[in-house]
Order: sequence, then C-alpha cells, then structure tokens
Amino acid sequence: MPRIIAQRRLVPNLHLIEVEAPDTARAAKPGQFVILMPDARGERIPLSIADWNAARGTVTSVFLVLGTATRKLALLKSNDEIPVFVGPLGRPTEIANFGTVVLAAGCYGIGALWPTARALRRAGNRVITVLDAKASYLVYWDDRYRRVSERLIVSSRDPGIGGGEYVAEKIKALAAAEKIDRVMAVGCTAFMRSVSEATRPAGIKTIVSLNPIMVDGTGMCGACRCTAAGKTKFACVDGPDFDGHEVDWDELFLRRKSYFDEEIQALCRWEKENLP
Amino acid sequence: MAEKPIELPPELAARLKAEYVKDWRAELRRNPPVKERMKLPRQPMPQRGAGERGRDFLEVNRGLSPEAAAAEARRCLDCAKPGCVSGCPVSIDIPSFIKLVEKGEFIAAAFKIKETNALPAICGRVCPQESQCEAVCNLKKAAGVPVAIGNLERFVADYERAAGEVALPELPPPTGRKVAVIGAGPAGLTAAGELAKKGHAVTIFEALHEPGGVLIYGIPEFRLPKAILKAEVEYLRRLGVEIRYNFVAGKTAAIDDLKARGYEAFFIGTGAGLPNFMKIPGENLVGVYSANEYLTRVNLMRAYDFPAYDTPVFRAKNAAVIGGGNVAMDSVRTAKRLGAERAMIIYRRSRREMPAREEEVAHAEEEGIEFHFLTVPIRYEGDAYGRLASMTCLRMELGEPDASGRRRPVPVPGSEFTAPVDLVVVAIGQSPNPLLLETMPGLKVGKWGTIEVDPATMASSLPGVYAGGDIIRGGATVILAMGDARTAAASIDAYLKS
Repeated sequence: MPRIIAQRRLVPNLHLIEVEAPDTARAAKPGQFVILMPDARGERIPLSIADWNAARGTVTSVFLVLGTATRKLALLKSNDEIPVFVGPLGRPTEIANFGTVVLAAGCYGIGALWPTARALRRAGNRVITVLDAKASYLVYWDDRYRRVSERLIVSSRDPGIGGGEYVAEKIKALAAAEKIDRVMAVGCTAFMRSVSEATRPAGIKTIVSLNPIMVDGTGMCGACRCTAAGKTKFACVDGPDFDGHEVDWDELFLRRKSYFDEEIQALCRWEKENLP
Repeated sequence: MAEKPIELPPELAARLKAEYVKDWRAELRRNPPVKERMKLPRQPMPQRGAGERGRDFLEVNRGLSPEAAAAEARRCLDCAKPGCVSGCPVSIDIPSFIKLVEKGEFIAAAFKIKETNALPAICGRVCPQESQCEAVCNLKKAAGVPVAIGNLERFVADYERAAGEVALPELPPPTGRKVAVIGAGPAGLTAAGELAKKGHAVTIFEALHEPGGVLIYGIPEFRLPKAILKAEVEYLRRLGVEIRYNFVAGKTAAIDDLKARGYEAFFIGTGAGLPNFMKIPGENLVGVYSANEYLTRVNLMRAYDFPAYDTPVFRAKNAAVIGGGNVAMDSVRTAKRLGAERAMIIYRRSRREMPAREEEVAHAEEEGIEFHFLTVPIRYEGDAYGRLASMTCLRMELGEPDASGRRRPVPVPGSEFTAPVDLVVVAIGQSPNPLLLETMPGLKVGKWGTIEVDPATMASSLPGVYAGGDIIRGGATVILAMGDARTAAASIDAYLKS
C-alpha cells in the first residue's frame, strides 16, 4: 500500500501530504490530480498534485481539512499506509509561452497551482501571481511563487491586507492596467467563478481547474459530470482544466453539494468516535 | 444474446468423444435409461424468500444440495452430440462434468470444468445460461426443460471451495518471461491465470484498489458474494500472479514504460468503463446516476453500509432505473434494498426484448420491482435545489425490426406523462474506456472505440499486444470476456515461444 512520507499542517486547516508513489512522481505534469482514500472505510477523493520529486519517488498534495476523508488524512503520520493513492489523473494543464499570465490561487489552490506556475515561468511567460487568503497567516508558499513571479499580490477580504480587495478586484485592476494574455485560477468553486466573471468582460482567456465529486477518477462512473460550452463533460478525463467562461457554475455548485447532509452525518459520527 | 449453435471444431469433438466412450460413462448412460431420465423434474434452485432478502444484500440463491445436484445431473441424457457444449463460449465439456456429478465425484467435476474455465463459481452465477448452454440443451428440445447446467456448475465450484484449499495444477518451471495484464476484471483475471499456468511471470495492473473489475464494482453481493471473488483471486495469487493496484495504465505509466521494465507481451482487458447517457434535459440533476456510479458506490465503496463506510449514496422513495439489461436489474434491486418504496424499471421495448437474464427478472418481480415497458424518459425536472423531483416519459409502440432484429420502439403521439422520482439510474449500456487507448499510437481502434483484434488470436495491430472482453466487444458478458482471454493467453504463450 502507498506509504506516507510526511503529513503536516502548513497553515490552519490547510495540510500538506507527501506520499511515496514512484510511478506517479515520474509521470506527473502540472494540473493533474490523484485520487486517494485515507483508510479502508474511507471515501475516494481527488486532490490536485502540488509538487513531486521523481528522484525521491514522492508526490505532494495540499488539502483543506473539511470533511471526514480530509480529517482522517490530517491525522496520518509518516510511514502510515493508505489503501488508495492513484494518479496522475486528468489532462495536464496547457503550458506554452502565452506572454503575460496572471495566476490566481486561493486555499488549497495555492498548492495546486504551483507546478503550473513553475512550468509557465520556465516556458518564458511573464508571471503575475495573486494569492488570496482570508487572513495573512493563511498565506503559504508565497516564497515559492515570488521566485517565479514578476509581481506577487496578496488579496483578501480582510481590510488589513492589500486594502481588503477580493481577488476579482485585483484581477480587474491588473487587466485595466496592462495587457493580460491568460489567467489561471485554482481554488474553491466560488473563487474560480469570481475570477472567471472578472475576466469575462475583457474576454481574457481564463482557465480553471474544476473540483466536482469523483469516485474512480478514470471516466468510469460519471459522478464528476459538469457542463462546459453547453456540453456534458467528465471533469476527471476531459478536464480538470476548463475555460472558466464556458463552465455552468450553478450546476457545479449544486452537484458539489449533492451529499451535504450525508457528509455532516459521517463527520459527526467520526468525531464522536475519534475525538476526546 | 444467444450465440448460434455451431458445428463443433474437430479437435473439440474428438476431446468430447474420448470421454464419452469411456466405460463408466457408457454404463451410467444405461442406468437409468434415457426414457426415465426425461421424466425427472428439474431441481429448483433453493432461494431466500423475497420478504427476507428484500432488505439485505446477502445472496438470493442458496445453491443446490449434493443430493439435489446428483438428482439434477441424472436428468442429463449424456448425448452423443451435446448441444450444450456448442452453446458455451469456452467449450466446457459439460456432459463429462455433469456425469461426474451424477457419480458423486464433485471435486473431479470441478477439475473437468477448470480445464477450460478458470472461474466456474462466478460463471455459474452470472452467465446467461438460458441463452447459451441451456438454450441448446437437447433435453430442452425433447422434454421442454433443459438441464440446470449453470446451477450444477455453481454447485461443483462451491463444493470444491468449501472442501478446503483448492488444489493447484502442476506448474511448469518458470519461463522468466514477463507479461503485463491491464485490468483485473473477468478477462484480465482469466488471462493472468492461463499465462501463470504456462510458467510466465504475470503482473496485473489494476486502476482500482480491489480486484474483479465489473465483478466487484458492478455485480452486487446478492448476486455474486465478494467472498467468491476473493477465493478466485487468492487462487491466482497462489499460481504466482502479482496484482498492482492503484495503477492506471496509460496514466501512471505508459505501455512503453512497461516494455522498458521487461514486459514482453500485453493483454488489455480494460472493459467498457465509460457510461452512456441519453443526453436529455435534466440528466445532470443531483439524483441522476450512471449505473456505474450507483453500483460502484454501493458495491465497491460499500455505501449500503453508510455511515460505517464513508461513501454515501441516495436512498430514494421513488427510484427509476432506465434500461432492461442485467445492470438495470442489479441497480433496481439495489434501490429496493436501500429502502425505495417504488423501484421501477423503465424500458423502451417490451418484456420479450429485455436482455437481462431470466432469473434476474424473476427475482426482481418477486421482490416487488415495477416494470414499465414501452416507456422512455424524455426529460428530468428538478426542485429549487437542483435535485431530481420528477421525470417525464413517452409511451412507445413496437414498429419495424431494427439492425438488432428487435422491433424498433416508436413514440406514441400525445402519450407524455410525468411521474415523481427522486432517484434515476441510467443503465443503457457502456462504451469502451478510451483512457489507455489514447496513449497507444498505432493501435487500431474501431468505430465504437473498441480495439480491433484478429478474432482467431486476439492479437491487436501492435506486436505483442492482445486484448479481450468488453474493450473489443463494447459490452458483452463475463463468459465471452473469459473466452477471449483464454484465446489471447494461448496466443501470447505462442508469441513468447516464437
């Protein structure tokens, strides 16, 4: 079974997990994800790949501690084993020299967008990064992004940070000031929709990494169906990257909430059994 | 669908004959005589009552007792020209194994089946016998009711397993040749077993975390207990087969990467893992599932035991399953077991066109499943929260026969009606999963996304690459997949020796 190399808190509620997976580490490309399962009774959940080390044979993800599966993950220690860690899945992000690219990342997306940031810089792009966080102590990996970005902006609804402007306002301001060739946004659904709406009027190509519920992650079940440009797509094999201006966001929101009640029920049960 | 009975190939006919002429067989045939055998009634399959089983996932059929099995075996006329064998996709020597059952030599009977079928406990449960071996049983022609070949196959396999550790065949010395099998479904498991028996080093690469493919994620516990699959996989492990889970061939590593690691030949058995939808309005509402997702949640992820297991699945009041095949029957009976007050089959043709096994339809009826024939959904409606609330259907009538020979359903004008439903499972078939195929340039793929193979050898257009099961057929049966895998394994063995 796949072995945990490290699992630790990056900032409150956001954790990093590094897993021994030599084949996945060798094959991983920016924008891809893994499916994992924390224990034999757990759920299979997708996590974006945040980093990998082919020489060490390890793959790293960043996750938000939210439901039962991620709470179980957050308790794992190095040398623990998990029954499922499979990938890399999904189509890699398109990497080319687009010119000026604005990266918008929030929450787990700061980790998830890192391989893309690195690859875009290597491909010769001028990279501007907007990291969004609810508070200054929730920003992580800004040192990494600073290395590949010409500018790094932190946005927040916290008025103490950067004037309290949410990511959408920062993006609009950037677009008004100069020509932007592409925007990439990874974070929660609301975050990605906000960025997509901010760039829609100017028609700036905006790529988002969708995060629907998945089961197998190989196109077998269709749990992750979403609508892009009016057509049903399977995010696991047709994506996860889509044009943010073509995504049916309302449908994605509803489908992500499919098991809201059950998730709370499972979590309450788990907490009762596992928390002192 | 029924394979047309064919003239047996000479080597098969010779093999059957060599057994048929043995003294003990000749003696057994005389006593009792054919006339008396023909009068014997078919032994019923003991099953749990519909009320008892309707709320749990334990197996419905209990299996024949040794006495009942021997009595059923006595009905077999031991024909000189057995129709049954021609109806079996893997040419099991059916008369020989049945006559061994009649003599009470159950373990020997199991060995006889295993000469050509590695997974009899599974086939005895999931094969559509009524359209294969039992459809062409001579007793059916003569007396109306065929020998219960499937029930007997199941009996001997279960008897062997219950009797203790299943004996391993004598294995040849290792050849040192490495073969990669992609997918641990019926085709992959069969190919792996056959190749291991030839002494090759076999690794199965499986995307999920448990073996079995459709046998684990698709077919429910009440029809195929997981313990049976586990025993079959344990047998493969003892043969030396290695299984690597969490490995999506084409993603985790490409076929070329595996070649670089010393794998010389490949068997692709990745199945038909791409669910079809009808592309009608409302199909993405919360509460509409593909059968693959619904059954995977319940079977592989054990959602029937939520919240002891974390994976949830909707428990509906009014469940509608679209389709008339075995997957539809599995889905609708699952919905009923998960507490649905109404669990309905919505099928666009009439009862006689339904492709599901007769036994599954009978069991479904006993369990209170409603059948709505000549009905097709045209859209689904949701509530304010985007959850499925109702479906609108059209009534159909049968018109002219289509390409499949079945009469084509045509809509009845003005027949639209709406019914409340809070769960819909779309079980209208699957297509081959393209994930691996897309990463194999030069691999010839047919119009429907299936791998093109030479049917005599199962060889694909790429040297050393063979395929079988739903990835070449598009959506067939477990036994046809196993038949393909046996053919492919023989070809791979010849390829490695050439």
